[in-house]
Amino acid sequence: MKFLKNIVDKLEPTFSEGGKLSKLHSVFDGFSTFLFVPNHTAKSGAHIHDAIDSKRTMITVVLALVPALLFGMWNVGYQHFLAIGQDVNFWEQFAFGLLAVLPTLVVSYVVGLGIEFIIAQIKGHEIQEGFLVTGFLIPLIVPVDTPLWMIAVATAFAVIFAKEVFGGTGYNIFNVALITRAFLFFAYPTAMSGDQVWVRTRDAFWWGAGEPINAFSGATPLGQLATSTEPVAAFHNIMGDPIGFWDGFLGLIPGSVGETSTLAILLGAALLIITNVASWKTMLSVFLGGAFMGLVFNTWGPDSAIANLPWYNHLVLGGFAFGAVFMATDPVTSARTETGKWIYGFLIGVMAIIIRILNPGYPEGMMLAILLMNIFGCLIDYFVVQSNITKRLKRTTIK
Amino acid sequence: MKMNEELKNTLLGPLSKNNPIAVQVLGICSALAVTVELKPALVMGISVTIIVALANVVISLIRNTIPNSVRIIVQLVVVAALVTIVSEFLKAFAFDVSVQLSVYIGLIITNCILMGRLEAFAMSNKPGAAFLDGLGNGFGYAMILVFVAFVRELFGSGSLLGFQLIPQSWYEAGYVNNGLMMMPSMAMILLACFIWIHRSLDKDLQEKG
Repeated sequence: MKFLKNIVDKLEPTFSEGGKLSKLHSVFDGFSTFLFVPNHTAKSGAHIHDAIDSKRTMITVVLALVPALLFGMWNVGYQHFLAIGQDVNFWEQFAFGLLAVLPTLVVSYVVGLGIEFIIAQIKGHEIQEGFLVTGFLIPLIVPVDTPLWMIAVATAFAVIFAKEVFGGTGYNIFNVALITRAFLFFAYPTAMSGDQVWVRTRDAFWWGAGEPINAFSGATPLGQLATSTEPVAAFHNIMGDPIGFWDGFLGLIPGSVGETSTLAILLGAALLIITNVASWKTMLSVFLGGAFMGLVFNTWGPDSAIANLPWYNHLVLGGFAFGAVFMATDPVTSARTETGKWIYGFLIGVMAIIIRILNPGYPEGMMLAILLMNIFGCLIDYFVVQSNITKRLKRTTIK
Repeated sequence: MKMNEELKNTLLGPLSKNNPIAVQVLGICSALAVTVELKPALVMGISVTIIVALANVVISLIRNTIPNSVRIIVQLVVVAALVTIVSEFLKAFAFDVSVQLSVYIGLIITNCILMGRLEAFAMSNKPGAAFLDGLGNGFGYAMILVFVAFVRELFGSGSLLGFQLIPQSWYEAGYVNNGLMMMPSMAMILLACFIWIHRSLDKDLQEKG
C-alpha cells in the first residue's frame, strides 16, 4: 500500500491546478480515491461525519451482486449445454457463461464510465461514482443474447437522459439501470422478450457451438404461463420437464442473467442488510406486497394460468427477487422516510403482480412497477412528513 | 428602413428566438402525433403555415369590426373555414397522407399557435405584417416538425420519405430499427434535445438562476 501511496503522491502535482495535466484532474481524483480515502473535506455548511461514503457504499452493493453474477454465469453455461444436449462438467459450464456474459459487462462499463468521464471534464467536477453499481446491474438484468451495440446505445441513453440531465449521481428520478432495460424493452422488443433470447444457443467466442435438440423450448416460466391457454399453473424447464418452486428458488431456469437464482440474491441481500447499506423494510415490504397480491388473485382472480400460479411461486420467478433486493432499495430513487419505505415497497410488489397477471403483453411486471413507483417515491415521503407535522401540531395546540 | 427591420423581425423571429414550439412551447400535441414519418410532418407543416398566414390576414382585415366580446368565436369561424378547405383539398389530392394525418388536420382548429398568433398579432396589426407573422410562425413550426420527423423516420423505420436509407446489409449484420422512435414519448425527448441545443447556443434564451 505504501508503494501505491508514493506513486499517487508523486503524481498529484501534475494533475492539480497549474500542473501539466490539470485538465484531467477529475480522472486522477477518481482513480486515486479508488485506492485511498480522500483527504479533502467539505469546506462549507453543516455536514455529518461517517466512515462510509458513497464510494464505499457502492462497492458494498457491487460485492452483494457478486453471488448473483457468478450464479448467473454458471446458469448461462448450464442452460446452453442442456439446450444443445452436451454433457460437460461444472467448470466448462461456468467458463462458457463467463465468456458469454463478460463482454456485456465490459461494454456497459466502458460506455457508461466513458460518458461519466467526459461529462465530469465538461462540468469540471469530480467523477461521480454512481455508475459503479449501475454498470454492474445492467448485464445482470438483460437476456444473455442481447447484442452488445444495443446495450451500448441503451446505456448511453440512460446515463445521459435519466441521470446527467437531472444533475448527475444522486439527483436522478428513475433508477438508471432500469431505464437502460426499459429503453431496450421498448426500442428493441424482439431482443428483450419472447422465447428465443433467454438461452444462448450459439457459441461464445467460437466455443461450445451446437444445434439445440428437438425438445428444446427457450421460454421462461413466466413466458410460458402468460401464453398458456389452459388455466393450469404448470411450467417446465427448457427440456420440457415439469419444474416447481425449488427450481425457481435455486435458479435453474432461463431468464435474465442475474435474476434467476433467488438464493444467490438473498445472499447479497444478507450482506446489504448486515452492512446497513440497503433497507430491509423496503425489501420485506416488496415481498409482502407481491405475496398479498398473488394471494388475492389466487382467491378471486380470473381463471388463467398465471392467475392460478400459487403466490409463493411469484416471488421466486422472473425479476421479482432481484428487483426487490437491488432495485427497489436504490437510496436515490426510493422513498426515504421509514414509514414511506413500507408503503413504497408494498406498492411495488402489488403493482408487479398486477402487471404480470392482468397484462398478457408483459409477462414480467417488476421493471415497470419499480419505475412507476420511482415517480411516487418523493410524493410518499411528502405525505409521511406532512402527516407527522399535523400529528405533532395537534399535540402542541393549547386547549 | 426601420419599418423594414421590423417586418424582417416579424418574419424571421419565429424561426429561432421566438419559435412557437421550442421557445413558446405551443402546439406540442400535433408535433408529437404527426412526426413518425417525414411526409405527413411536411404536409402538416405546410398546412399549418397556409392556415395561420391566411387566418392572420383575414382577422387583421376585419379586426376593427369584430366586437371584443365575441372575438374568439369569430377567430374560430375563420380558422375552421380555412381548415375545412385544406382538409378537403388534401382528401382530393393527397388521400393517403390525409388518412395518415387523420384527425390532426381537423385539430389544427385547436392548435395553440393559431389562436396565439390571432390574439397576439393579427388583432392589432396591419394585414401585410400579419401575413408575414403567419408565414414566419408556420415555418418555425414546420421546421421543428421536420427535424423531429427526420430523426424518427431515419432511426425508427430506416428510411426517409419512404425510401429505405439504411442498407439491407446492415439489417443482415444485426442492425434493428429503434421501436422507441415510433412512440410519441421519443418525440418528446427529441423535442427536449432540440430545445436543449437551441438554448445552449443562444445566450438570450437562457434563464438566469
